[in-house]
Amino acid sequence: MSAHVAAREGAAPRAEWKPRVVAFFCNWCTYTAADLAGVSRLKHSPHFRIIRVMCSGRVDPQFVMDAFARGADAVLIGGCHPGDCHYMEGNYNCLRRFHLLQRMLGQMGIEKERFRLEWISASEGERVKTVVNSLVEDVVRLGPLALPGRLREWDREIDHLEAAVSERHEEATSHAR
Amino acid sequence: MPDKPKVALYWCASCGGCEESVVDLAEGILDVVAAVDIVLWPVAMDFKLEDLEAHADGSIAVGLVNGAVRSSEQEEIVRILRAKCRLLVAYGSCAHQGGIPSLANLFSLEEALRDVYEESPSTVNEKKTRPLERYVENGHEVTLPRLRQIVRALDQVVDVDYYIPGCPPTPKLLQEALAAILAGKLPPKGTVLAPDVALCEQCPRRDTKPDDLAIAAFRRPHQLLMDPEKCFIAQGVVCMGPATRQGCEAQCIGGHMPCTGCFGPTSRVLDHGAKILSSIASNIGPKTDEEILQTLSGIPDPVGTFYRYGLAASRLRANLAAKEGAR
Repeated sequence: MSAHVAAREGAAPRAEWKPRVVAFFCNWCTYTAADLAGVSRLKHSPHFRIIRVMCSGRVDPQFVMDAFARGADAVLIGGCHPGDCHYMEGNYNCLRRFHLLQRMLGQMGIEKERFRLEWISASEGERVKTVVNSLVEDVVRLGPLALPGRLREWDREIDHLEAAVSERHEEATSHAR
Repeated sequence: MPDKPKVALYWCASCGGCEESVVDLAEGILDVVAAVDIVLWPVAMDFKLEDLEAHADGSIAVGLVNGAVRSSEQEEIVRILRAKCRLLVAYGSCAHQGGIPSLANLFSLEEALRDVYEESPSTVNEKKTRPLERYVENGHEVTLPRLRQIVRALDQVVDVDYYIPGCPPTPKLLQEALAAILAGKLPPKGTVLAPDVALCEQCPRRDTKPDDLAIAAFRRPHQLLMDPEKCFIAQGVVCMGPATRQGCEAQCIGGHMPCTGCFGPTSRVLDHGAKILSSIASNIGPKTDEEILQTLSGIPDPVGTFYRYGLAASRLRANLAAKEGAR
């Protein structure tokens, strides 16, 4: 994997690359736990960006797809433990979608480790640290996903024809005149 | 000859069903022919590339293109059409979203060719002969278009003005679109010319959909005797209705089959497959990992089910591993 990742054009060289993890944290449990981790001055990897949502059940699978398409190397969802959801059932909905989405992402070549769901309650600041660190470790091992660059690169195969057609088109129209 | 608006019809990677849907206008096609001048329609009449190139830029009122784009030839023609036509319309699921051909994006081009020319059960090809882009015999050279690594929807290759969805679109949608174009009464550029509401809204079985579906097990249509009146999802059959645009007049439902999503999503949806996955998975009953996995095992092929008509237009577009492993 890493060999062709490094060779890929448009992707930053391995040494400069910093993992980018998008973390959707529920307002009532995991976000509060992340806050606690901060207040407790726990040291953890800085390579994740938190998006606060009201409930893990609010995380539409489209958000996850979009995060990957826009350059996330991994997506983490954090919610309340089963039975503890502020909205009763939201985390169960998240769990059900998570399993199907993880399998579907696998069919599209995105490794399991890049998409994770964790239950972290408001008092588990320490767990935010362990989860984030282990996820970032996984991502470093897998290398960059770099989807925006890869999608652009795929489309280069149709670029050169555009030039050829417009040239030929010029010729044809000037001939017609 | 009076100056009738010119219309061009073209097909790319398609099955011919979209062409058939034009013929399905039946006697209505006579009105179309009376109102417009068809200047390109390879499936029905003999036109050459030179005939198309001879038209001045912007001199064709509308070009209707069906089929996905995979070959260099298809790319070339749609680019020429873009220059010649004032309006370019993606006609049918494949031009709109990539369609069934874009499921090939799950595999590398090499895998697809190997399967088609060597390994499919109906193929006898001991010498493993494959088509070549260039071949010379007795000093005569023949060429074939180049196949691209991925299948694309029309708007991933050229600028598209409107979309007519469906596999295939209904004659009614085509008639309405042509009438709107000829009358110049068009919605904003980029509009999909079909109602912007989910199919469930007009489903004849709508009232039989319970508030809490709590699906325990999924079954495919051939695995059970389906109740002809009851909501498919309530019977544990995956139906794309909740996330799919209407305009098809619920023909599949009327024919006692669930929606498979050919009209694509409504305008508020960013990714059709992810959206229907969300709806279907949220509606299962179980709450523990083990039971959830058991229930979801009834959907063996999520991509093929949820992106059946639109893998090319999805946010990820293809199987990343297959596409790049091939290089």
